[in-house]
Amino acid sequence: MTEAWIILISTVLVNNFVLVQFLGLCPFMGVSRKLDTSTGMALATTFVLTLSAASSWLVEHWLLQPLGLEYLRTLSYIVVIAAMVQLTEMWVRKSSPLLHEVLGIYLPLITTNCAVLGVALLNVRKELSFSEAVLYGFGASMGFSLVLILFAGIRERIAAADVPKAFQGAPISLITAGLMSLAFMGFSGLA
Amino acid sequence: MFGRKKAGFPGGVVLEGHKLYGQAGRTRAAPIPKELVYPLEQHIGQAARPVVAVGDLVQRGDVLARADGFVSAPIHASTSGTITAIEARPVPHTSHLAATCIVLTADGKDTTRGEPLWPIPSHPEKLTHEQLIGIVREAGIVGLGGAAFPSAVKLNPKDTARVDTLILNGAECEPYISCDGAAMIEDAEAIVRGAGLLKTLIKARQVLIGIEDQNTQALAQMQAACKAVGDRCVFVKTVATRYPQGGEKQLIQTLTGLEVPSEGLPIDIGIVVHNVGTAAAIWNAVTEGQPLTERIVTVTGSGVQHPANLRVRIGTPIRALIDACGGYRTQDGLRLLMGGPMMGVDLADDNLPVVKATNCILAGTRDDLAPPPDPMPCIRCGDCVEVCPASLLPQQLYWHARAHEFDKAQTLNLSDCIECGCCAEVCPSNIPLVQFYRFAKTEIRVADQERRKADQARARHEFRAERLEREKQAKEEARRRKREELAARQAAQKAADAAAPDAPADSADKAPSPAVQAALEKARQRLQAETAQNAPSGEGDDA
Amino acid sequence: MLLSLLAFGGLAAVIGIALGVAAVRFRVEGNPLVDQIDAILPQTQCGQCSYPGCRPYAEAIASGDADINQCPPGGEDGVIALAELLGRDAKPINPENGVAQEKPVVAFIDESWCIGCTLCIQACPVDAIVGANKLMHTVIAAECTGCKLCLPPCPVDCIELHEIPQTTKTWTWPEPTVTPVKAA
Repeated sequence: MTEAWIILISTVLVNNFVLVQFLGLCPFMGVSRKLDTSTGMALATTFVLTLSAASSWLVEHWLLQPLGLEYLRTLSYIVVIAAMVQLTEMWVRKSSPLLHEVLGIYLPLITTNCAVLGVALLNVRKELSFSEAVLYGFGASMGFSLVLILFAGIRERIAAADVPKAFQGAPISLITAGLMSLAFMGFSGLA
Repeated sequence: MFGRKKAGFPGGVVLEGHKLYGQAGRTRAAPIPKELVYPLEQHIGQAARPVVAVGDLVQRGDVLARADGFVSAPIHASTSGTITAIEARPVPHTSHLAATCIVLTADGKDTTRGEPLWPIPSHPEKLTHEQLIGIVREAGIVGLGGAAFPSAVKLNPKDTARVDTLILNGAECEPYISCDGAAMIEDAEAIVRGAGLLKTLIKARQVLIGIEDQNTQALAQMQAACKAVGDRCVFVKTVATRYPQGGEKQLIQTLTGLEVPSEGLPIDIGIVVHNVGTAAAIWNAVTEGQPLTERIVTVTGSGVQHPANLRVRIGTPIRALIDACGGYRTQDGLRLLMGGPMMGVDLADDNLPVVKATNCILAGTRDDLAPPPDPMPCIRCGDCVEVCPASLLPQQLYWHARAHEFDKAQTLNLSDCIECGCCAEVCPSNIPLVQFYRFAKTEIRVADQERRKADQARARHEFRAERLEREKQAKEEARRRKREELAARQAAQKAADAAAPDAPADSADKAPSPAVQAALEKARQRLQAETAQNAPSGEGDDA
Repeated sequence: MLLSLLAFGGLAAVIGIALGVAAVRFRVEGNPLVDQIDAILPQTQCGQCSYPGCRPYAEAIASGDADINQCPPGGEDGVIALAELLGRDAKPINPENGVAQEKPVVAFIDESWCIGCTLCIQACPVDAIVGANKLMHTVIAAECTGCKLCLPPCPVDCIELHEIPQTTKTWTWPEPTVTPVKAA
């Protein structure tokens, strides 16, 4: 039980995938302009991450390792992740066409979200069991969602504020992300 | 710390009164001017419709324009004279635009018809609800506190069973205005009797009259009047002097502790609020049978020689009032406001008429109305939040209005803003906050209207497309039927041909129709008869 | 070598079947996005966007055939609203499609010239003109969207555009000037 909590706190706060490990920055910057789309993206990424962690563990332990095909790891993980993303995209398109239109290219780009592949590979490196691997994936997605939603909230406020011309748009967003990262590094030592 | 009620309602600011109390506050009649102008839109709701024409002679109290629709009020002549025009004239509105007005040239005699416009009841408290509403409406009485809402509509709530308390608003909180104070001193009995009448007729349990504690004379007079009238359900209550104590929702909260729900009305919590001047006007209308033609107006400010409370005929030009107060003391840096320094309407010049909503004319110099310094950026200090009497977040509303995020402003209850100006008053950066909220409110209103219009246009367009489709199909249907009929006729013809085989099949040698056959037969018979006749007569010819 | 091919092929096959099943289960009919775009468009039905009405333009935007800046009656506000809805960038109105009208207008038929030919009635996309053959035509001002489609067909040129007058009821508060941040 403690292990589970340690995994969760570690992935959400201490080793946050976006602000501490600097993975998954593309959707982080690209989708966080509005709070509603960010919430949708967070949900989609949670879905993909958890399922990919599970299915990539299964592929690793039931297909690759028994047959000694570890060198196909990256290839097969990408295929599995792409399939998961495709499933998610179909589901989002059915449940909320607006969200689907708004997320646009960023939905398929979850395939290339290094956080997703990173979780799958880290699961192997850490030699986690199945339940641990799924929890790891879920925790990573929770960390990603937390930071994404926080960042979207701040960006909405910044959009209405008096930002100097030179800083408007990407510069102030990156500075904000940097400050958030500094803040999250305060969690180190917690777990 | 936040929302702590300092005076019965949260927030608010203490402002210097600049009121005309004592002898200076006593009213006197303003002289009747030569020309009076009556805008048709002197109240919230539909503008009134003129019932007079140019050239008509009218007496004081005659109807000039009747109410148009449910939320509307009639307009009466405030003196006798001739109607000289019904045209667009500048009106005291922030836009400085013109609107249709009835122009009356006074004949100086100030005569009335003599008889009351409705039967004066001997026992006013025995009037039925409908009768009272009728009188209030016919008398053209609107809220005299400045909002000018038709009183007959406010006294006609859908569910009188819900009315618990009637509140009379004598808390004149805005600086410089003292017309209600003067009314409470001089017309105290009319106010109290009017309160009793209204209470009986809307079935309220009690009447609470709220008066600010700085207005000691008015308090004394009103308490004496209450004692004299002897109505045990009418109470004079002292309220703390704090702006905006006289705001309807704030006064309700101070006197009863209840809050009017967001975007709701006082009737939703069983309360009806009227201005003290309105109550007196209703009493006078009922007991004298005369409509609303006059009101008390405070003429004040460092720009006039002798500030005073005047009893003014509706329609009097503001210039005449200034003159009645000794004229301008100075025109240097002068600003004319209708109302007080916090919520008053900027007037373009003094040629504008007094309307039913005019409670005060403030001729302010730089001493009264210091021009605000240039606004500076918002430093997010939060002073505005502490003083908002509606417990809103003025700072957030400002940021959203600035960024045109009107839906977010709506979520923060922008529509509950009473535009009192407390936030702008305390802002250390001198940001004109209320202008932002007003701008946001009108943008939201315009966007709503456009959306509704667009929906209607879309519906009409789709209906038109459907109609054209229907017409096309009907044409197709008709064409198809004709084709079928023709085909059927041809088939029947072919069948008839096939059924009679001895008839010549050659189309060039068709069997003649029966009519033709009959004609041929008749011709043949005639020929035979003629030949038969010719033969015997031929022999006779030779002899 | 063969093993890896088979394994990978097997994996791909399994995934392919799963996706195929999902494609059938999650089939989507229609496109409600079009309704949402149409709700933003001003419904003038003027055709300045080069589509025959607002709905076809909405469908074109949803399918990606048209850009969001082709609607002059919607103005800048319309483009911004579309940009926010679709997560794209707002841009100025394409001058090829027309210029955004500053003040709203309605059509007005000069009845002394009208010959009752019904050509304008047929042209009006929202049926805002009342009339019949050889009878007087008139525009219902409240329904007129100011699209100007009735002006070209009129053979006697009796239709003109009137600005909607501003009254105390339609007047709006102007936007207060915002303090620009001064360079230190």
